[in-house]
Amino acid sequence: MNRVKPYFLLNPLVYAVLLGVSAPILAAEAPSAPHAAHDGAAVTLPSATPAKSAPNAALLTGATFTPPDPASIPNDEFGKAVQLGRNIMYETQKYAPQYVGNSLNCVNCHTDGGAMAGSAPLWGAWVSYPAYRSKNHKVNTYEERLQGCFRFSMNGKAPALGSDVLVALQAYSYWLAKGLPVDEKVAGRGYPDMPEPAKAPDFVRGKAVYEANCAICHAANGAGRVVNNEVVFPPLWGAQSFNWGAGMGSIKNAAKFIYANMPYGQSYSLTPQQAWDVAYYMNGQERPQDPRYEGSVAATRAKYHDNKNSLYGTTVNGVLLGDTGVPKPFKGNKS
Amino acid sequence: MRPMSILPIPLLGAGLLFASILAHAAPPPEAASCAACHGAGGQGLPAANYPRLAGLPAQYIAEQLKYFAEGTRQNAIMVGMAKPLTPAQITLLADYYASLPVAMPAAAASVAPDLLARGQQLAEFGDWKAGIPACFRCHAAGGVGVPPYFPPIVGQSAKYLADQMTAWQSGARKGDPQGLMHSVASRMTSTDTQAVAAYLAALKPAAAVLGNAAQTGGAK
Repeated sequence: MNRVKPYFLLNPLVYAVLLGVSAPILAAEAPSAPHAAHDGAAVTLPSATPAKSAPNAALLTGATFTPPDPASIPNDEFGKAVQLGRNIMYETQKYAPQYVGNSLNCVNCHTDGGAMAGSAPLWGAWVSYPAYRSKNHKVNTYEERLQGCFRFSMNGKAPALGSDVLVALQAYSYWLAKGLPVDEKVAGRGYPDMPEPAKAPDFVRGKAVYEANCAICHAANGAGRVVNNEVVFPPLWGAQSFNWGAGMGSIKNAAKFIYANMPYGQSYSLTPQQAWDVAYYMNGQERPQDPRYEGSVAATRAKYHDNKNSLYGTTVNGVLLGDTGVPKPFKGNKS
Repeated sequence: MRPMSILPIPLLGAGLLFASILAHAAPPPEAASCAACHGAGGQGLPAANYPRLAGLPAQYIAEQLKYFAEGTRQNAIMVGMAKPLTPAQITLLADYYASLPVAMPAAAASVAPDLLARGQQLAEFGDWKAGIPACFRCHAAGGVGVPPYFPPIVGQSAKYLADQMTAWQSGARKGDPQGLMHSVASRMTSTDTQAVAAYLAALKPAAAVLGNAAQTGGAK
């Protein structure tokens, strides 16, 4: 139980979860024989005993808001926009391909189609904008915030303000948030905060966490898995993942997401330290160039990445990350 | 094409299946014991709750045989079948059944629309309030599976699928990577289990997409 951090002790829900939480998978399991994965690398799977875990990301957030049931989306013109917004969340590749430059779908980072507390729910964001963002040093509308998702997380092109895609995503967000007071501190917004790790995040430890908990889905090389030309498990790094400007490229943001949401269906089963380490491992890999590239990796780091949560422009595992030249020209995906 | 079009559909299906089995390797002698219950083509016998083996990932079949032998997966018949097999025989059988084509599952018995709707909800979207992710989030759209760790969940009978979820819940079946199925199944009610089994059993996937559909890599 030494994984319980003092700040969590304030939350009575934590006891309900952690009393049932066994030791972390890595410590609890004798590894079974290595399996030859299809991607060429041997992956050692933990054996049969499952980790105890929370049912979903909401549990440690203190969220009390329940968004409406999708079955209650109205059957009218407004409802059509809401439904389109929901479809874009689940199948971005199908419903907004002209703005997408990688293999991801919104739902990969917004569990339950953007309805789940602790998984960056759209209702939490909707009641928090307009807001000042240090990312671009100005007050952003909600719609501008959505543009950022396409430009960075989807490594794509921002849809125009007022475009069908952004109108639909706003309609869906508004519909999800109905009844929720405007409040940028609403419980359940974003990913649940985490304390700084006890030990500085580490690539080698992170690799071990990755191979034991993540690789069966996302593959040892991080490229995810594709079936019948549809992405089942999203790529976490490499050409088809989010670019260096995305929020998920922050080690801290990624650690928060992973701790609350991964492995799928096993929320809060990793220790916070494991989440930090595996976030470091994921973000210590190469990915598409930051679209705000300033002509050199050093200048881009100085302007946009000069903080300890970004590995851009630093050397990790012998690679100067981000040193891949100017951003590739955008070509939208075909539907 | 005209003469074919007047063939009764089941006969046509059987003919195609027979033809494609002929195109594959001859069954190894060891498969004779399997065929008694799972059928000559490995299509299973839904009425008796014997699952389809044809087209399942080879690694998955091999692992299950190992799990039966060591008791990780409990089944009175299969433990006796699996125990005497050598590793080489397991590989042989796994590769053989993985190579066989998949026939269409039998038409599902009539199921209450409410139950099917709940099953579809769970398969496509899950029920995250209860901590149940969508089946298709890991087993791919249509439940065709993602080799080698996530087997196909279409083309099996409702009874077999429901039995497996009950076994994941109780721990009678283990060996799921990282305990993923135990986590999910433990959060499902018996109605959920029946609903999703009925929905999946009623799906009619194209045979071509089963078994060897997956490739690794993020590229579209």
